[in-house]
Amino acid sequence: MSMSASTRALTAKGGGGPRREPLGTRILALTLLVVGSIGFVYPFLWMIATALRTPEGVSHGGVSLWPIQWQWSNFADGLGSFPFWAYLRNSLLSTLVPVAAVVFSSSLVGFAFARIRARGSGVLFAIVLSTLLLPQEVTIVPQFILFKDLDMIDTLWPIIVPTFFGSAFFIFLYRQFYLRLPAALTDAALIDGAGWFRIWFSIYLPLSRPIIIATAVLQFMSYWNNFFQAAIYLTTDRWKTLPLALAGFQSVNGTNTPLLMATALVVTLPCVLLFFIAQRHIIGGISFTGSK
Amino acid sequence: MSDIVQSLEGVLERLHIDVGLRPILSFVILLAAVFAVVYAALWGAVRARWITRNTAAFWVFVSPWIVGFLVFTGGPMVYSLVLSFTDWNLIDPAKFVGIANYREAFSDPDLGQALKVTLTYAVVSVPLQTVLSLAVALLMNIKVRGIHVFRTIWYLPSLVTGVAQAVLFIWVFNPGYGLANGLLRVFGIEGPKWLFDAHWALPTVIIMSLWTVGGNMIIYLAGLQDISKELYEAAEIDGANRWRSLWNITIPQVSPVIFFNVVTGLIYAMQTFTQGYVVTHNGGGPADSLLFYVLYLYNNAFSFFRMGYASALAWIFFIMIMVLTAVVFRGSAFWVYYESQRPKERRRRVHVG
Repeated sequence: MSMSASTRALTAKGGGGPRREPLGTRILALTLLVVGSIGFVYPFLWMIATALRTPEGVSHGGVSLWPIQWQWSNFADGLGSFPFWAYLRNSLLSTLVPVAAVVFSSSLVGFAFARIRARGSGVLFAIVLSTLLLPQEVTIVPQFILFKDLDMIDTLWPIIVPTFFGSAFFIFLYRQFYLRLPAALTDAALIDGAGWFRIWFSIYLPLSRPIIIATAVLQFMSYWNNFFQAAIYLTTDRWKTLPLALAGFQSVNGTNTPLLMATALVVTLPCVLLFFIAQRHIIGGISFTGSK
Repeated sequence: MSDIVQSLEGVLERLHIDVGLRPILSFVILLAAVFAVVYAALWGAVRARWITRNTAAFWVFVSPWIVGFLVFTGGPMVYSLVLSFTDWNLIDPAKFVGIANYREAFSDPDLGQALKVTLTYAVVSVPLQTVLSLAVALLMNIKVRGIHVFRTIWYLPSLVTGVAQAVLFIWVFNPGYGLANGLLRVFGIEGPKWLFDAHWALPTVIIMSLWTVGGNMIIYLAGLQDISKELYEAAEIDGANRWRSLWNITIPQVSPVIFFNVVTGLIYAMQTFTQGYVVTHNGGGPADSLLFYVLYLYNNAFSFFRMGYASALAWIFFIMIMVLTAVVFRGSAFWVYYESQRPKERRRRVHVG
């Protein structure tokens, strides 16, 4: 499956597959889709409605989306119940640095697997792929001890540092992407006497735009929502991130649901915005994931 | 290890380096030393003509991943195997206890519960997700104008993940004011207590997991659109109806994608942590009905500080995942179809550069 096929999946009005269906089939499919879509999007809309209601409005409103009291102060109150700006800074730091780090490191390693012919390359690539099946929970205890020895508990370093060494999944994506670029690119440069680093940096990296965007967006979403590592390494307000604030919300605010939903919306917002900005690339990246 | 770091930090302190930067700088210095040794060895090997310049370049390029793997994955795995034979609370010196931790694990009722919860969740939720996302992808593969709006709508919930999804669904399944019971009341049914009921808590989390099938749906959709039209045309000429086409063309053609999603989905499901942690305030839920394996491991390591036992749990978990993956891989021979061994893919795998 190619990248172009994946983008086609999103943009084309119809794709491959069977020929144009009979009218009855299309009406049936469309009806199912409409009903399903309402069911899928309803909890989301209800979340927004709850975030803008007063506590009384919530108990009166029930399952309906209306009426809404437009209680915008829920946002200020929800975010005001914890050091929001500090948490936001920490979330941004522990997301954006890993994004930049993983984009470059994975590209470098993926390039070597795709283009530099060397003994042992195939075996090593098999090892890289096999680590994809390895859950991070298996190594979390010794990793915690490692970072404790390095004096890095309750800092963002344990989350940031490992991303500088590339991620197996993105190394795989980059390799597949580079294998589809014409091999002549390297041959010409090699004849001109360019070194591998130059070839990577000035030929391959500039051509990597689509895969860089897909990698950056997928990495952003997973690190922005990173909870497991944050719960283990971050213990004080100084370095805690937004998902931790959300998880600890109920102990601070009792069961004030509108405030909780308002805060949850704010925490989700960057991902939703990013999705609408980079929709094509995200879908391309996700479907590229399923490459046969 | 910590001694070296301590002495490095001491040196940095004398150089008046800010206290917050000392740990990372010590680490960078250590790493620089490792890389210097690796690069010197490669350079020597090229000079001695043991390896070619290209081979050396390859190993230099992949060295970040290798060092990262050894420091953050391979090394820790070996270390945790050693730890699993000890009793250690992080403060007192570790005590060698042989296989006592594993012995304890096999008779630990809480671990039995955690295994039951995790395996039930994985074995029920992954097939449900697969069927649902494939069915929706098939529906979306029709040629209708504006269909991409539906794709966006179905994908949107996948953006509300982790803690945000958990807090939303705690509210949706609130027995009193929640959306679920509110809707049931419209039909005159008094719904269960969902997450507060030991029998309903796990099914509730499984329903939660179905909300985010949009990501898989997109993968299937791309797979469906990759199937060549000629196959369907040929089938039509042979008089096959739509169901025959679905079973004999569509499903076999996307079976590698299904396989990929089942494998990654199973591993992902086994790792479930956030839902259990947030929903139950790290308590395991009513009658431990949401005591996921990783939650139990986390509690042993970071609440009870039983590092040895937690390491043993991690290794048992690792072996379990390997066995499960092997079973799925073995079974795949019977239902995953690779187009004539995919000669195109094979050719691609050969280095072109």
